[in-house]
Amino acid sequence: MNMNELFSEAQAISSPQLRDDIVQQLYSRSRELCDVGVSYTKTKADTRTEKLDAIFTSKIWGFPIMLIMLGVVFYLTIAGANIPSSMLAEFFGWLEGYITSVFQFLHAPDWLHGILVLGLYRGSTWVISVMLPPMAIFFPTFALLENYGYLPRVAFNMDRLFKFVGAHGKQSLTMAMGFGCNAAAVMSSRIIESPRERMLAILTNNFVPCNGRWGILIVLASLFMAANFTGGFKLLVTTGVIVGIVLFGIVVTFFVSWALSKTLLKGVPTHYTLELPPYRRPKFFDTVIRSSLTKSWTVLVRAVKVAAPAAILTWVLANIHIGDTSILLHMVEFLDPFGKMLGLDGYIMLAFILGLPANEIVLPILLMGYLSTGSLTEVDSLVDLKQIFLDHGWTWVTALNVMLFSLLHYPCGTTLVNIYKETKSKKWTFLAFLIPTVLAIVVPFIVYQTAKLLGWV
Amino acid sequence: MDESNKISLFQGKKGNLIKISSISLEGVMRRRLLDLGFVPGAIVEVIKKSPLGDPIAFRVSQTTIALRKEESMKIEGELVNHE
Amino acid sequence: MNNSYRIALAGNPNTGKSTLFNAFTGLRQHTGNWAGKTVSLAEGTVRHKEKNYQIVDLPGTYSLFSNSVDEEVARNYIVFEKPDITLVVLDATSLERNLNLALQVLEMTKNVIVCINLIDEAEKKGIKINERILTRKLGVPVIKISARNKIGFPMLLDTIDRLVSGKIECNPVQTTYNEEIEEKITTIESKISNLVGNTISSRWLALRLLDGDKALLTEFNRRLVLNDQVRREA
Ligand SMILES: Nc1nc2c(ncn2[C@@H]2O[C@H](COP(=O)(O)OP(=O)(O)OP(=O)(O)O)[C@@H](O)[C@H]2O)c(=O)[nH]1
Ligand SMILES: [Mg+2]
Repeated sequence: MNMNELFSEAQAISSPQLRDDIVQQLYSRSRELCDVGVSYTKTKADTRTEKLDAIFTSKIWGFPIMLIMLGVVFYLTIAGANIPSSMLAEFFGWLEGYITSVFQFLHAPDWLHGILVLGLYRGSTWVISVMLPPMAIFFPTFALLENYGYLPRVAFNMDRLFKFVGAHGKQSLTMAMGFGCNAAAVMSSRIIESPRERMLAILTNNFVPCNGRWGILIVLASLFMAANFTGGFKLLVTTGVIVGIVLFGIVVTFFVSWALSKTLLKGVPTHYTLELPPYRRPKFFDTVIRSSLTKSWTVLVRAVKVAAPAAILTWVLANIHIGDTSILLHMVEFLDPFGKMLGLDGYIMLAFILGLPANEIVLPILLMGYLSTGSLTEVDSLVDLKQIFLDHGWTWVTALNVMLFSLLHYPCGTTLVNIYKETKSKKWTFLAFLIPTVLAIVVPFIVYQTAKLLGWV
Repeated sequence: MDESNKISLFQGKKGNLIKISSISLEGVMRRRLLDLGFVPGAIVEVIKKSPLGDPIAFRVSQTTIALRKEESMKIEGELVNHE
Repeated sequence: MNNSYRIALAGNPNTGKSTLFNAFTGLRQHTGNWAGKTVSLAEGTVRHKEKNYQIVDLPGTYSLFSNSVDEEVARNYIVFEKPDITLVVLDATSLERNLNLALQVLEMTKNVIVCINLIDEAEKKGIKINERILTRKLGVPVIKISARNKIGFPMLLDTIDRLVSGKIECNPVQTTYNEEIEEKITTIESKISNLVGNTISSRWLALRLLDGDKALLTEFNRRLVLNDQVRREA
């Protein structure tokens, strides 16, 4: 006799009523235990959570507060990161001078200096100075909200919309995780009980921009969208643009979930239960330290690990010539016509392709590409940075389309690996690649062609 | 039992206390609800609706659980007076 | 090897398992005030009184009848990996539902310590818990702690120490169901013990089979096949 036969035998003598009875009798025993072991000294219930919920999940204030929270988190991140970022960049630039002198002192060959300093050092320090400060602010801020208990309220407020598109309300929780890292968020989709809705959450998670993409989003928003503003207002406009991009990502999430629910993942929304825990004041110091130090550190290590080889590769591609043009340029020329159709160019396309392992490195690769064709030699400030882009024919539409492409394009390598691990299906992993890619082509294409038609560019 | 007192959780108004009598759901969802304390005999308090009217939050065995309309309609009980 | 023990942290979602894990191991497992923060296993070690403990942080589960993948991860660990001690972490402010899971764990394995966490919150709400009564009624140690404020840790570590060194013993008091259920359990139970021997509690497995837990059956068969392969290769 094996287990399967035993199972059938047990089922034959079991009944739905019996199953209910098992749980119910467990519950009765729990209740008895509580009756003898627990006593209540206060008659009045604690109403703090209730009062807060009356605000956070209010008919009138629920949605505006979510929007404000989103805005505040991004504002703090962008405003706070501004100065440390440029300080870091300055510091690395200063250090580079010394490193270069050491190379000269040792009579190191030019190519070595090129690979190690211009490629590896610049690429990875760029990533550090653009990414570290925003992360060091975002992660603790978010962790405080998370440990306070705000996230389930978002899921509670938003559920109706997710139900409408055939998805699970807990998808808002996995999306919130996506701001940190899409790869981790894909794993967090395990909390969604039904396989169909879990798949929806996995396939669309990428439309939440992970922190690896903020670098490029923030830089471009402040350079091109908020260019005509100064001071505090500039920060506000930049924040506004980022929030806009995020909201657009959410709209796309709804749209794709809806479309999939009607086609490949047909079905009705299934079960949904969501626990709303009481608000709990987080341990401020602990939470802040843990999330800013450890989380930023791990993400950063990953970024540098990928950025370093990618930077070297880019340098090599830019400096090995076939005929009289570099390999990099050959590739750029090949991709250029396609890029142009989307209002982008060959460099941008190449940067996104080489950036598959990690989104963090797209912008550094792009800059290295532009720089290797020699217009500027060093990027000291954001103004120089903008000049590089302008020299390559960028307009605000280019910037917008790069941001859209970054928001919509295929998930990074790590995320794809996790998607495969979670779904155990090549087909779905491929779709997780294909759907965003198609959108990342179609949307910028429409934007660019419309802008052209209207004579904006 | 007084039939007129019978309502589904979905019909409950904020602050109502409902003593569960039957759950007309099957399979995994039924099991999950039982695990969460929606067992026959348990008293559930209606806490509040979400901004868009659905889901609704309930207080059950000292925790707050939100359920969608589809499920809360299928859990029936008897309205009990405030203690 | 005989000086090192495996301790799993089980419990309802959002009861502070990861917080306790961090406090023990000094590691940085992420926490969050929502059900489902942890979705996979995390391991760390702590040393106490010359003994090494390997602590395993599990995803939260509402019951041992798994509904979602994260719950399955936790369930499978407790059932099949058989930690030396299972620490069931309960939320002091909602003991009724939390005890429901504790009772299920007690059906499954013997060495259980029940930690009533968030005791600080409970006190604020005027909830008084008599752990001595609960210890007596459950047959296993019940300890009040606050993972976040590190309250009750000496007692907890001491209990763990005394349990692994055999100075105290757990005798979980089983839940008795009504006659009909008990009868059916007995019918199935004997056949199960023929099949699995002492590896898994046959009473518990009988209950799960009556319960119709397909996922458990699948997992059981999967592991059986794996074991067979290992045996054949050896
Ligand atoms: N006041 C108080 N809060 C606590 C205590 N222990 C944990 N918390 C808080 O409870 C929340 C949940 O803690 P976690 O450790 O993430 O819970 P978990 O059991 O790992 O949750 P899952 O991974 O979702 O199963 C966090 O916001 C903690 O800060 C405690 O002893 N007192
Ligand atoms: Mg956890």
